Amino acid sequence: MIRAEGIKKSFGENEVLKGIDVTFEKGKTNLIIGRSGAGKTVFLKILVGLFTPTDGAVWYDSVNFSALNKKQLKGIRKEVGMLFQGNALFDSLTVEENVRFPLDMFSNMTKKEKQKQVDYCLERVTLKDANKKYPGEISGGMQKRVGIARAIVQEPKYLFCDEPNSGLDPKTSIVIDELISDITKDNNITTVINTHDMNSVMEIGDKIVLLHLGELAWIGNKAEVLESENQLLQEFIFASPFLKRLRASALNRG
Amino acid sequence: MHSNDSVVALEALPMNLNILYHFGRFVMMLRRGFARPENWTMYWKETARQMNDIGVGSLLIVCLIAVFIGAVTAVQFAYQLSDSFVPMYYIGYIVRDSTIIELAPTITCLVLAGKVGSNIAAEIGGMRQKEHIDAMEIMGVNTVAYLVMPRVIAALVMIPMLVAIAAFVGIFGGYLASVPSGIISSAEFDQGLRYYFQSYNVVMMFVKALVFGFILTGVSCYQGYHVKGGSIELGAASTNAVVYSDILILIADYVIALILT
Repeated sequence: MIRAEGIKKSFGENEVLKGIDVTFEKGKTNLIIGRSGAGKTVFLKILVGLFTPTDGAVWYDSVNFSALNKKQLKGIRKEVGMLFQGNALFDSLTVEENVRFPLDMFSNMTKKEKQKQVDYCLERVTLKDANKKYPGEISGGMQKRVGIARAIVQEPKYLFCDEPNSGLDPKTSIVIDELISDITKDNNITTVINTHDMNSVMEIGDKIVLLHLGELAWIGNKAEVLESENQLLQEFIFASPFLKRLRASALNRG
Repeated sequence: MHSNDSVVALEALPMNLNILYHFGRFVMMLRRGFARPENWTMYWKETARQMNDIGVGSLLIVCLIAVFIGAVTAVQFAYQLSDSFVPMYYIGYIVRDSTIIELAPTITCLVLAGKVGSNIAAEIGGMRQKEHIDAMEIMGVNTVAYLVMPRVIAALVMIPMLVAIAAFVGIFGGYLASVPSGIISSAEFDQGLRYYFQSYNVVMMFVKALVFGFILTGVSCYQGYHVKGGSIELGAASTNAVVYSDILILIADYVIALILT
């Protein structure tokens, strides 16, 4: 479980987050949605500790993450995995080396144990055959899966994904969503996803948090999205004319 | 964790205070780098990779420049001495000392600032922009220690070696330009090379190589590590790495000359 308590963040005069209180539950895929400039990325960076909040605190279960010193922070980092929007795969390393990087850096495992764990993770994302290739030699969807494999290789308790579907075709997006959702449930971890993808919202949104201009605008789940009368939510979800027409025809049919 | 608020305010300071700000940030970056590695093997691998890139990767250009520097020095001094009473074997003496004291360390490091420095700034800056550094931070890697220190250590090992090679090749260039062309005989050149040799000059050469090597990698890592924005800023960081390294190398050259001579 991750709890954000009164998170505020300002850059100079610009107040990006204006006090956000929300709890992300364990074993669920928690989605942060909102328009560009709503503060999603800043919020996610505060949750993972890349930014310090101007005010407020982030709790990882019973640990006040925002109050940890460098040494304590290093300890908890091993329990965190993150998938970046651009994948952040190291170009000079092969797929296998990328996935093994956190283990090589931190784990006391033997070479054999590391290899077993890397093989398991690559198999989990169905990429066993691409292990010797470099990131530049595989497709965007495959790179995303390598990113996921690297994020879960240390068996994290907290998984963060920044725009996991960006730049992917709809079919690959669904594969990535299902993969993240399955990992979350199988490993019973807390997953927080920052997304624009409406399919993700409707398919894997166990908990959905809508941010608007740095404030919490709505909290619910995928089942509540269509029933909600929250104006900001409806404007965001049905922003495209196609979805608007689809919704109107669905409502007309009763 | 880092806060951008103070950074935004400090970057707007006047130029003279801005230099102090950058110097302070540079010192803080180095301080962060002096930490116990998370895994010695990974750090050693990275250092070895950098040693290969900086040392082996620069060998050809360093030799090429050194041979011409030595040759030009020999030809120029032959021209200067042609109408004088100074014996011609002085060409060997002048080529040797000017190469060892000044040309090999300074010109080599100015060239390396362009080749290695811009490469380091672009590579680390690219990693910053492609979120590689953020990814490492989230894993718990001390990114300054892992990205900056192996490059600095590799430079401190390899650049003195390159400078030593440049000195040899430079002197050989002087020989090639003056002996086969008939300006002086091989024996005269040898006599000049052996004339009044002071090993202290070699010490000075290595001191310069170490200081310049530290400057060019430190400044380049700093420029790359703190890059922000997009491709224009990355290009600017790469250019700044070369320009600031060159200026600091020349200032350091003067200071070392004052102190050691």
